[in-house]
Amino acid sequence: MTDKKTIYDKIWESHVVSTNDDGTTILYIDRHLVHEVTSPQAFEGLRIAGRKVRRPEFTLATADHNVPTSDRDKGITDPDSKLQVDTLEQNAKENNITYLPMSDKRQGIVHIVGPEQGFTQPGMTIVCGDSHTSTHGAFGALAWGIGTSEVEHTLATQTLIQTKAKNMCIKITGKAIEGVTAKDIVLAIIRKIGTAGGTGYVIEYTGEAIRNLSMEGRMTICNMSIEAGARAGLISPDKTTFEYLKGRPLAPAGKEYDDAIKYWESLATDDGAHYDETVEINADDIIPQITWGTSPEDVVSIDGFVPDPKNEENADKKKSIERALDYMGLEPNTPVNEIKVDKVFIGSCTNGRIEDLRAVSIIAKGRKVAESVHAMIVPGSGLVKEQAEKEGLDKIFIDAGFDWRDPGCSMCLAMNADKLQPQERCASTSNRNFEGRQGRGGRTHLMSPQMAAAAAITGKLTDFRDL
Amino acid sequence: MEKFNKLSGHAIPLRITNVDTDMIIPKQFLKTIKRTGLGEFLFFELKFDQDGNKIDSFALNQDQYKGASILIAGKNFGCGSSREHAPWSIADYGIKCIIAPSYADIFYNNCFKNGILPIVLDEETVGRLQDTAENTLNFKIDLEKQNITYVENNEQKEISFDIDPAKKNCLLEGLDDIGLTLNKAVSIGNFEGNQEKETPWLYGNKLT
Ligand code: SF4
Repeated sequence: MTDKKTIYDKIWESHVVSTNDDGTTILYIDRHLVHEVTSPQAFEGLRIAGRKVRRPEFTLATADHNVPTSDRDKGITDPDSKLQVDTLEQNAKENNITYLPMSDKRQGIVHIVGPEQGFTQPGMTIVCGDSHTSTHGAFGALAWGIGTSEVEHTLATQTLIQTKAKNMCIKITGKAIEGVTAKDIVLAIIRKIGTAGGTGYVIEYTGEAIRNLSMEGRMTICNMSIEAGARAGLISPDKTTFEYLKGRPLAPAGKEYDDAIKYWESLATDDGAHYDETVEINADDIIPQITWGTSPEDVVSIDGFVPDPKNEENADKKKSIERALDYMGLEPNTPVNEIKVDKVFIGSCTNGRIEDLRAVSIIAKGRKVAESVHAMIVPGSGLVKEQAEKEGLDKIFIDAGFDWRDPGCSMCLAMNADKLQPQERCASTSNRNFEGRQGRGGRTHLMSPQMAAAAAITGKLTDFRDL
Repeated sequence: MEKFNKLSGHAIPLRITNVDTDMIIPKQFLKTIKRTGLGEFLFFELKFDQDGNKIDSFALNQDQYKGASILIAGKNFGCGSSREHAPWSIADYGIKCIIAPSYADIFYNNCFKNGILPIVLDEETVGRLQDTAENTLNFKIDLEKQNITYVENNEQKEISFDIDPAKKNCLLEGLDDIGLTLNKAVSIGNFEGNQEKETPWLYGNKLT
């Protein structure tokens, strides 16, 4: 065995509490994010068993899935949503956990709030009852989504019982073409390896095109690791990471910050460390990507065509293409840039950050949303909203005819009032295009914020570089 | 948790690949604060059309599969959201065992926490079992022996499956993970003591 390690190996080893007789590991969990949908049954479980939260100060709670993104002064009108959010607030209070309510400007989507507050730091283990916890891997933290039983386990013990995954390296060589974003890169990755390509692995993203990304772009990449089937996604921390963290409320400061940097620098994967699988993609080959179907692997370049099931030999695949085309209401061989949209959704934990909104504003400025389209922009957190308004982005959006809203998950999963009607077609910056994801019968095309903004303007899927 | 040992029952063939947790339990049913009562909403949008009419061609609506306790599914079953509402609804419906060529990671783990046995078999075998299940055959599953047996054309058939010994044991014993881990409280405390010395910035800061 060599002593060269990947960042995953290093974080794993530094969090082993003990190894059980059966070969599983008790892994220490440094930070735990909690939201309203996957936690009530966990707190109920603790209460019934008479157990306490071991480390309330390592836990942070906020409501995001159910919250309304307009008319907030009316509160939550849906009684079930209200009960769930009130239950979270009550559970947080009873257990001494910091809770950011809707009235707090720091409230937002958990995966945006954590990094914003400096709650997320390199080398940590971070969990949340939410699959997109993989987002935090952008900082070189080992972060993954868990079920409610594991939420309860984490609350009670600050540990989880785990088995180690394998190491996969995805290397994006070269420089991204101008206008090609982190979203296009990650869609191209999923297109290549498939939605089960990462199953059993933790993926580390490397290569020049990844290094060149801002923290926000890195978060977009790691966010969708779960769509590639991986347990988690990771990017070794570097100067970009340290700069981002500097001065955040929960980040170390002063001498501790300097000590922390030394430690964080030691986390990067050693040269020559072993990966069980390596995939290489050349950034030059990637142009803006969109999805045509009902799985995040149904990806095509914006100059491409809707696939024809006739050309598919594998019977299973053929059937799933037919099913997807039927659901999406698309004819084989249609050029994708002729597909008309009814709605546009810009937001979510994938693309609801300030840089995303700035990119959208450049396209929106001086243009108008097509008459046939309703286009909403939902900032990922109250702080993102505040920043955008400080920069005057809200004015640009409103002038162009976009619907500028309050922070939350919104139409990423349509648990609140924001949803597609049956057969409505949406250009969306979120991460899942499953059947019914954005509303029953709704049809989702995933893409970057720039591409979604362009679709809003022209009323159809468009290469924004042609505008 | 209830122990899992032997199971005997009918199986529902579900010939769709990449079944995601939104399909298993649509989001409008996630607003509950309880674990129970979700069974009737299992595969809701596959069972009913937009006007609330039953879709007869869907297996769960067919009489021959009433009371089935096994689900034979396509590959990458349970992908998508981490919601444990998915295994809760499956268990609440009465399904105790799933057979599929592969599962999404989080869903697979969630099954074990809810007394559901997820069996992995190769695609061809799963396809064959789906065909067999259409003839309302009775399947017997023995976790201890790690096999599935059934009678087809008067012939006794047996298929064995692999499973991680630790996970197998959890199901057989119906173990409560949290209780077991809490027995290690001293080790956890020691870990925290060491970590606080090595990386003190992880301790102390709290949002106000
Ligand atoms: S924005 Fe979407 S993907 Fe992200 S946490 Fe919310 S619902 Fe999940």
